[in-house]
Amino acid sequence: FGDYDDCVRYRGNDEIRRAHRGCDVTRGRSELPQCSDAVPTLCLKALLSRGYKQLVLQVGRGSLLPGPDSCPGMRVHSFRFKDSIAADIRGADLVISHAGAGSCLETLGAGRPLLVVVNDRLMDNHQLELARQLHADSHLLYCTCSTLTETLKTMDLSVLEPFSPGQPENFATFMDQALGIH
Amino acid sequence: MAVLLGVLCGLCLVIALFAVRLLAVLRSGPRCRPGAKGSVSVLAVAGSGGHTTEILRLMESLSASYSPRHYVIADTDHMSEDKICTLEAAKNTSDLQKNFTIHHIPRSREVRQAWSSSVLSTANALLYSVPLVFRLRPDMVLCNGPGTCVPLCVAALFLGLLGLKKVLIVYVESICRVETLSLSGKILYYLSDYFFVQWSTLKDKYPGSIYMGRIV
Repeated sequence: FGDYDDCVRYRGNDEIRRAHRGCDVTRGRSELPQCSDAVPTLCLKALLSRGYKQLVLQVGRGSLLPGPDSCPGMRVHSFRFKDSIAADIRGADLVISHAGAGSCLETLGAGRPLLVVVNDRLMDNHQLELARQLHADSHLLYCTCSTLTETLKTMDLSVLEPFSPGQPENFATFMDQALGIH
Repeated sequence: MAVLLGVLCGLCLVIALFAVRLLAVLRSGPRCRPGAKGSVSVLAVAGSGGHTTEILRLMESLSASYSPRHYVIADTDHMSEDKICTLEAAKNTSDLQKNFTIHHIPRSREVRQAWSSSVLSTANALLYSVPLVFRLRPDMVLCNGPGTCVPLCVAALFLGLLGLKKVLIVYVESICRVETLSLSGKILYYLSDYFFVQWSTLKDKYPGSIYMGRIV
């Protein structure tokens, strides 16, 4: 997989990681406490085994804030919040994120490979519908907290198809006609 | 006994009148064309996270004729306000006059809040929504699913029911919803004038909806 400098972001509780031969992990607003402290270590090892060398972690409100040397062989840079992670997404070789629409659309819009981790503790897990559909259309890979490590070990990013953006202009045209705007 | 009967009859009459009036308001959507006067004022309901991203993409696509723009956000949401200001600053480069406003109302339901307490908090949100909508009197309400939007849409309906103004309710179901509607969507499918879905599976299930592919 080559020797890349990558950033990985890990957003605390939510299993959101983004990997730039590195991961960029983004976390949504809700908590995802079922992932134990042991999971990140296993995940980092899985990432290392796939050739990722840097991790940028967006921790959000999570309790974990790994230091730069928390995993041997992996350069970890973590932070809680940023106004915009667009630059980090653009620079990532892999983005691991929760299945929130904003995160997915931002990452797919930037044309970066995306692995989503679904939060199965939300009241009705509608996030899974989108991840499943986008996965069915080969735009991203998806997994749950418990299958994250395994997915990282075995994932094949070459199967991913490019994602074309939505067209809000169609909505605007429709509304203009419906409301009588000239 | 006769009094009781009289009261019951009166109640039935009121309910019947209400139902007829409600149906009339719900069906008057297609005839309502506020654009004819040159501008359409919008009340946009920004929820949290992904909801805000989607609603702002839609607002961005609308022309300058959609003015003034009133954004309503839940008072526990801090991120949405920044995003709105950024969008409006970009939209407003040539116009010196600020033609958007931001309002806060109590959140109807927090993520993972129990259903029973959700009813109370939604009722509380309604107490804020009604005066707000009655004051702003928008031509249309645009929303995409956060709990915050239901009280606002109900308030908009009240405006129509009382014969004060027909407010168009435009609902765009979130792109996250592929196979099932959100709870807000299930309610507003029957109350909105224009109901958009973004996946064909939902169009099949809800034939009254409008489907034109992904629009966010």
